[in-house]
Amino acid sequence: MAMPMESPISFTNIGKIRWWQRGIFASQTGYVLLALAVLLVIMHFASPYFFTEGNMQNVAKNFSFIAIATLGVTFVIITGGIDLSVGSMMCFSAMITSMVMTELSTPGGLGASLFVHMAADGKTVLANVPGLILLVSILAGLGVALIGGLVNGFCIAVLGLSPFVTTLGMLSIVRGLGYVVSNGRGSFPGGPDADYFYALTSGDVLGVPAPFIYLVILALAMAVVLHHSAFGRHVFALGGNEKAAELTGIPVVRVKIEVYVICALAAGLQGIIISGWLGSAPANMATSYELNVIAAAVIGGANLAGGIGGPLGAIVGCVLLEVIRNGLVLAQVSSYWQQTLVGVIIILAVLVDRIRSRMI
Amino acid sequence: MASAEARPVLELSGIGKEFGAIRALHDVDMHVLPGEVVGLMGDNGAGKSTLVKIIAGNFRPSHGEIRFAGSAVHFNRPIDARAVGIEVVYQDLALADNLTAAANVFLGRELKRKFGPLALLDHKAMAARALELFGELRSETRPDDLVKQMSGGQRQAVAIARTRLSNARLVMMDEPTAAISVRQVEQVLGLIHRLKEQGVAVMLISHRMPDVFAVCDRVIVMRRGEKRADKPIHETSPEEVTALITGAKEAA
Repeated sequence: MAMPMESPISFTNIGKIRWWQRGIFASQTGYVLLALAVLLVIMHFASPYFFTEGNMQNVAKNFSFIAIATLGVTFVIITGGIDLSVGSMMCFSAMITSMVMTELSTPGGLGASLFVHMAADGKTVLANVPGLILLVSILAGLGVALIGGLVNGFCIAVLGLSPFVTTLGMLSIVRGLGYVVSNGRGSFPGGPDADYFYALTSGDVLGVPAPFIYLVILALAMAVVLHHSAFGRHVFALGGNEKAAELTGIPVVRVKIEVYVICALAAGLQGIIISGWLGSAPANMATSYELNVIAAAVIGGANLAGGIGGPLGAIVGCVLLEVIRNGLVLAQVSSYWQQTLVGVIIILAVLVDRIRSRMI
Repeated sequence: MASAEARPVLELSGIGKEFGAIRALHDVDMHVLPGEVVGLMGDNGAGKSTLVKIIAGNFRPSHGEIRFAGSAVHFNRPIDARAVGIEVVYQDLALADNLTAAANVFLGRELKRKFGPLALLDHKAMAARALELFGELRSETRPDDLVKQMSGGQRQAVAIARTRLSNARLVMMDEPTAAISVRQVEQVLGLIHRLKEQGVAVMLISHRMPDVFAVCDRVIVMRRGEKRADKPIHETSPEEVTALITGAKEAA
């Protein structure tokens, strides 16, 4: 039905949006990134230790510990939802991973005969297939996160419960389950594969911390999914106008369930990585981390009303929080100030965005 | 074209709808020809919206039959109606403000390119096709601009361009001129003419008498769930239609 155009459209009274008024330059992510750059320069002059290799590694490692979960929660925030259960999910996934690892590595334990055997000396436990226990236990940890995400998504998308209430309930449920399965004591990775586990979670490659490498890979994958796949487009559409998404035939229920599953899986993976660095998964691990994660996402430009957000913003938010924390330590300011400052920055970031959007 | 025009694209016979004890529609017969613009008028609660929702597949009729392009159809969901070629431009336009014009046009029907196992969005093709559609509609709309930065007329163009993707044969427009400026009303009426030129049947649901008389070939008046009039536009007048809507005149 395409008819030949009589003349190309002329844009007589509609100006072109200038480059600095669009894309990243016009976004909260853009000027938070700018603020971060300024902060880095200030830190460089304020402390000679800031730009040392050791400190940079430290910073990279520390922000990677919340950034992967922030990527996940950013998906949910873009759809206009919220997930408060990420902190609990981190703990529970990590706990299940180390419990399964220990159980499978203990001769006489449930199913252990499939995975380990005694060495000739009768004391050392050897893995039948090196790395298999690690794989199974990480899959078990991610499996419980998957179930948690599915329950969240089902309650929100199918039953129509509010995301805030559902995930607040899940925060408590999952934390409680963590105490139940570990009897309140937490758990420790153990067995012949524990060394691999520590190498994969808290090791480094050519001086780059492993968590940071995972973060970069996941962030790139997220950027592709959000901006170059139909799923990503539907995630944005859902946050922009849910009714429109429904009317245009987008499978709204499926997309919603998928974002909560992605968020839970990211939290689970994050928890497993943190437990590798801690060397254990205590039952109170990652308590209230959901607040740091959501704060980082919001500082980085994700809009809690939905429709806006991305991996760069999530990372920038996490880096900013960590640089401030690190900076306060180097400047020998009491670390108790950190929380106060984080709160101020959340409000400032959102305030500046508000002022900017009124000016245009 | 002449032989096709003789056959109605949409025929309703004996359509009725009850919601519990409330009779929203009773025994409505009507037809729409290809390339015809039909105005659907009536006061609030007259049954216009119910009728539109039945045709669009939001509701199933309690009685009667819908025939589309000659064959009986049963819609369970809006997607079923869209599949046969019925598109609706909703009153609030169903646009996602945070996406570009092109993204909105292709929402739910994105064009993709295969990269090995991955199907990624084909941004170039979508922008080019959207620009082509805006050109057909003579709307000064850039495919890459965000919808939230657009005027009411441009937003209408985006919503209407969406209906042109699938070669719809019937486009129903719910109050397209209700909330926009005079200049933009002109643009929207122009858009309706473009659709007509291309042989698309249009049903215009509107409260605005001048708009209906400016673009429609025929006007159907609903009152209390029944069709009270169905007249070529040149055989009636705004005064008569007003009388029919308010009930001052029972039927024509």
